[in-house]
Amino acid sequence: MENLFDIELTLRLLGLDFVRHALLASALLGLVAGALGPLIVMRRMAFAVHGTAELAFTGAAAALLLGMVFDGIAVEYGAIAGAVLAALLLGILGGRSAERDSVIGVVLAFGLGVGVLLLWLYPGRAHTQLGLFIGQVISIDRTNLAVYAVSTVAVLGVLALLYRPLLFASADPVVAAARGVPVSLLTPLFAVLVGIATALGVQTVGMLLVLALLVTPAAAACRVTSSPTRAIVLAIAFAELAVLGGIVLSLAPGVPISAFVTAISFAIYLSCRLVEHLRARVRKRKEADAPEGVATAGAAAPAADR
Amino acid sequence: MTAAAVEMRDAGLAFGKRSLWSGLDLDIGAGEFLAVLGPNGSGKSSLLKVLLGQLSLSAGSVRFPALQHRRRGPAIGYVPQQGTTEEAPAVRGVDLVGLGLDGHRWGLGLRGKRERERRVAEAVRAVGATSFAEQPITRLSGGERQRLRVAQALVGEPSVLLCDEPLLSLDVTHQGVVGELIERRRRSAGTAVVFVTHEINPVLPYVDRVLYLHDGDFRLGTPDEVMNSATLSGLYGTKIEVVRLAGQIHVAGAHVALCEDEPHHVEEQVL
Repeated sequence: MENLFDIELTLRLLGLDFVRHALLASALLGLVAGALGPLIVMRRMAFAVHGTAELAFTGAAAALLLGMVFDGIAVEYGAIAGAVLAALLLGILGGRSAERDSVIGVVLAFGLGVGVLLLWLYPGRAHTQLGLFIGQVISIDRTNLAVYAVSTVAVLGVLALLYRPLLFASADPVVAAARGVPVSLLTPLFAVLVGIATALGVQTVGMLLVLALLVTPAAAACRVTSSPTRAIVLAIAFAELAVLGGIVLSLAPGVPISAFVTAISFAIYLSCRLVEHLRARVRKRKEADAPEGVATAGAAAPAADR
Repeated sequence: MTAAAVEMRDAGLAFGKRSLWSGLDLDIGAGEFLAVLGPNGSGKSSLLKVLLGQLSLSAGSVRFPALQHRRRGPAIGYVPQQGTTEEAPAVRGVDLVGLGLDGHRWGLGLRGKRERERRVAEAVRAVGATSFAEQPITRLSGGERQRLRVAQALVGEPSVLLCDEPLLSLDVTHQGVVGELIERRRRSAGTAVVFVTHEINPVLPYVDRVLYLHDGDFRLGTPDEVMNSATLSGLYGTKIEVVRLAGQIHVAGAHVALCEDEPHHVEEQVL
């Protein structure tokens, strides 16, 4: 940690290829996470994201193991498969909102158990295993980058296509259904988008910390704006700041990036709550002032009656 | 004669053994204002759910002849009952109204953004919500949300407007505003209105027909035909007094939930 402010070392590391790959992959992740985040917050899906991340981990662990037998099965495909499967499973089993919470708990516990077993079976290096938990962004190479880029384009493209009905179904499901929006079809579709984003997150910040990018920036944005569009722009900015800032800060001390990513995104969240609190105080003071003005204006009339 | 907006034939709805209503033949014409009255749990909201296609009839049929082959959803305006919707974060009043206009369309909706903003602003102004439409809906009062809900339902220029207790938690002035807006819409565009309410008096001048539901039975007719002592006593099976006072209808008698200003939640429990 003593190297935290070693700018020279940081700059030297920034020149390296694998660091650049890491930054590029993370920038793509921040973009996807920020774009999906406000809808995740609106749909109260934070726990579902966590559940999906656990299953992405299970998928990645399975791919790790299969990769020993069949060469060339990349971990990210396993992660994506696991996350998409989880998303669909949660979508099908947890259709009713009253049950969703417990269904996620049930599925994620089982998924995590399977994942632990798969990791135990994997005879490879412990570091690779740990990577799934806390991220291994530094190991991203050109092939990974291609997967990141394709996933990003696919998720953002589908999101753009579905955006209005998805926002309607998330913000106002009752009227959306009345207006003919296929609410029950959009739920699993959005879950798959979240699944893909989660799988990308497992690669960089790791399973344990996906929430720091998919939920925290959007939750922070929703504190300071109530416009859905502005929430997306802010959430992307916050997610980029957290993930890119986290990587740059982690370079010199050689600390796992997730520590910095989560710290930055948490700091952003706290700041946004502070801004919200201060604004509310200003608003209250204004409201407290306004009725006084009305009261003095109204007081003249009864006086005239008398 | 133009095709009816809604056509129900021998329609019945039952939950298990409990029949809410049956043998309902109902044609709602274009531009007709139908008030649906009845005590809690008599199937008023369920009737709207049937018309929304969210609940299937146990018997009979429902059709929308005037729509021909167009999709039903975009042709319908819906004002849900207050308290049945959860308000999400990061949504302003204008967003809610805007989604009522084009939320059912695919894509980002970047084209025609200016025209959209103009129509949304106009709808918001019509319900007198301009001063608070930019605020998050979570911060608004029940009455303010209700006015935005009405704007949201009207902005899509529906040919059938379904309202579930739209006057709830509105003060008398805004009850008048909302009533007049709906009236203007049906006069200018021939929108059929199905208006579920506990309180008929604020809209009495506009009502063409009343559907009064009670305990598996119903009466259908003009306000004069239904809202009288003989008809309602027959429906309730007990002595009901209907008094007309200064152009208003007042119903007195045992178990009559009309003219009470309370929401009903019995049907939600059944569902």
